[in-house]
Amino acid sequence: MMLKSKHLIGLEDFPISDLNKIIDTSFKFKQILDSPGRKINLLKGKTLVNMFFENSTRTKISFALAEKRLGADSINFSATGSSVKKGETLKDTVQNIESMQIDGAIIRHSHPGAALKLTEYIDGSVINAGDGSHEHPTQAILDMVTLKEKFGKIKNLKIGIIGDILNSRVARSNIFGLKKLGAEIVVCGPSTLLPNDVTKLGINVTYNVDEVLNWCDAVIVLRIQLERMHLGRIPSKREYHRTFGLTYERVNKLKKDITIMHPGPMNRGIEIDSTIADSENAVILDQVLNGVAARMSILYLLLGDKSEKL
Amino acid sequence: MIAKKQPKKILLKNGRIIDPFSKKTFIGDILIENGTIASIRKTISSRDKDTLKIDCKGLVVTHGFCDIHVHFREPGREDKENLESGSIAALAGGFTQVCTMPNTNPSIDSAEHIYYICGKSNHLPIDIFPIGAVSKGQKSEELTEMILMKENGAIAFSDDGIPIQNAQFMALALQYAKMIDLPIINHAEDIYLRNKGVMNAGPNSDNLGLKGNPNLAESVMVYRDLALALSLNARLHIPHVSTKESVELIKLFKSKSKLISSEVSPHHLYFCDDDIVGFDTNLKVSPPIRSKNDRKKLIDGIKSGIIDCIATDHAPHTIEDKETTFNDAEFGMIGLESCFGVVNKVLVKENGMSLKSLIEKLTVNPRKVMNINTDLFAIGEKAQITVFNPNEKWTFSEDDIYSKSSNSPFIGHKLVGRVKYVFSKNSFFSL
Repeated sequence: MMLKSKHLIGLEDFPISDLNKIIDTSFKFKQILDSPGRKINLLKGKTLVNMFFENSTRTKISFALAEKRLGADSINFSATGSSVKKGETLKDTVQNIESMQIDGAIIRHSHPGAALKLTEYIDGSVINAGDGSHEHPTQAILDMVTLKEKFGKIKNLKIGIIGDILNSRVARSNIFGLKKLGAEIVVCGPSTLLPNDVTKLGINVTYNVDEVLNWCDAVIVLRIQLERMHLGRIPSKREYHRTFGLTYERVNKLKKDITIMHPGPMNRGIEIDSTIADSENAVILDQVLNGVAARMSILYLLLGDKSEKL
Repeated sequence: MIAKKQPKKILLKNGRIIDPFSKKTFIGDILIENGTIASIRKTISSRDKDTLKIDCKGLVVTHGFCDIHVHFREPGREDKENLESGSIAALAGGFTQVCTMPNTNPSIDSAEHIYYICGKSNHLPIDIFPIGAVSKGQKSEELTEMILMKENGAIAFSDDGIPIQNAQFMALALQYAKMIDLPIINHAEDIYLRNKGVMNAGPNSDNLGLKGNPNLAESVMVYRDLALALSLNARLHIPHVSTKESVELIKLFKSKSKLISSEVSPHHLYFCDDDIVGFDTNLKVSPPIRSKNDRKKLIDGIKSGIIDCIATDHAPHTIEDKETTFNDAEFGMIGLESCFGVVNKVLVKENGMSLKSLIEKLTVNPRKVMNINTDLFAIGEKAQITVFNPNEKWTFSEDDIYSKSSNSPFIGHKLVGRVKYVFSKNSFFSL
């Protein structure tokens, strides 16, 4: 075991040393991804199962690639077309899969706590690929890798997170992780999409997006889910864009450059203008590549043999 | 008729000046130049022939009144009232600023609607501040664009007339409006407890055979709204408080939050449900005229400051809407023209409230609720002045009504205190 942890469920209780090790190791994998072979067989002979009970594009492909680049055997499971549709419980589904002898499981589920539950049902390592509105630790880690790549450090960085904080697992994992590594965080969004006791997380809150942008070194823009409108939480796309969107005018009048991140998928023209998403300061596609490196690092450190030195 | 003059200079001489902002009272003069306050002193002499001099001896000179709850029916029911006729009715009552409710047809539920009301009000003789709807179409389903509405002139948000039943939606509205520091005003009424009530539930409704609307229909909702506002640390204004239980609740919650305010209507202070025995449909209002005990508690509430201000809930209706049975008649009465004579009689003459205190409830306090400037007698300020005779006894009649509608139960009633002059938006009006 190269980490103190057996699983990666969330960053709230994750040891700092493990987090730092994952981030630092990610850069080694990034070099491998940039090299001609792009592959290193560190997980040869290991079997992984990707269990996606909820839709995913980026995360699913990213894990699949990370597994392939490490030489692991992986099988895919998605809820559609499975016995889940026939009413099978999570416990039965995963125990059946595990009885086929697997070393680790990656799970995406719409219910908070699903990943933790899974650790009770199987012996191998569990990696949370997003559990409802709870945590999305691998996304937060790839965000931190991207920030460290850009700034050389995380400590004392000023990070703004803008959007639907209430329902965002990306925001939660980033808040827990970035706080651990000494970053300062300000969250910004409509009052109806912020947790009531958000300041108890040890971060600051504002409704003024210009204030955040003027303050921060980097900003993480979150996807605004359009169905929130019909739940009475935001009145319109127009008002959201005007009030909280990273508009061209807003970003252009800043006196300094800030790094712009987005976990995807983007609503261009709502939370972020196309001109900003495609601008030089946006590292949105770097985040995607770093996602593969970060997930290789996580898989290797959780499942690899110590003897197989990187 | 109201006579209008626009002289460059006006000198109001020898009035009893009561400034509810600085809390100063003295006999003195006010000089208005080009529509702004030029000077306020014990004596201002002027030999200038162009200066219009008004003798205010025996009269009180104070801030223009502000009514934060009126229905001017435009757009949609201009046959009942429009912005212009409503403004004249307001002037006649001594009001220089009003806040209009958005339950028109269509309702004022977008930035464009707010812009329309402000644009149409620009040239009118008083300031009109539109209150925007809380929900699109007043359906309690989707929030309105409150941020954009505020940018266009919205002063508060209310689905008045349609009580918000869904507590979750009410909580979201309070939370959203908090971002822009504007109050939510909810017509506090549980529609299931109200049921088909047309008057206060009690011995009188039992005797008359009319369906009763119980105190609880209001007070349970007042409690809910207060609890939500307190827990969310949001601004809440409770309109037309009518029950003794509501007054108790407001007292309790005001001791815990500074963001809570409330208003009472002149008719709830003046009448009680004993007065409905003749089935006068002009006394059919929502919330209903309550019992003697409720009335007494409302008077105590406004006197002690538990209730912040007086607002008329001026609600014009056509003859057709009122000349019918009590069950079929519309809810609401007009109230702007009769307001001062009514509240001065009830509160100052009959219940020992000071005139200064009454003036606060008509000027500084309602403006504070809406974050409107309250220091109206500052030098250089746009003049808004109301001059009244606090002791004049008069009988309110149809001739005193400037509204397009005349659904007032005060017609024929002896009132005390009458507005004589108003200065608003660079014009001087004699009543």
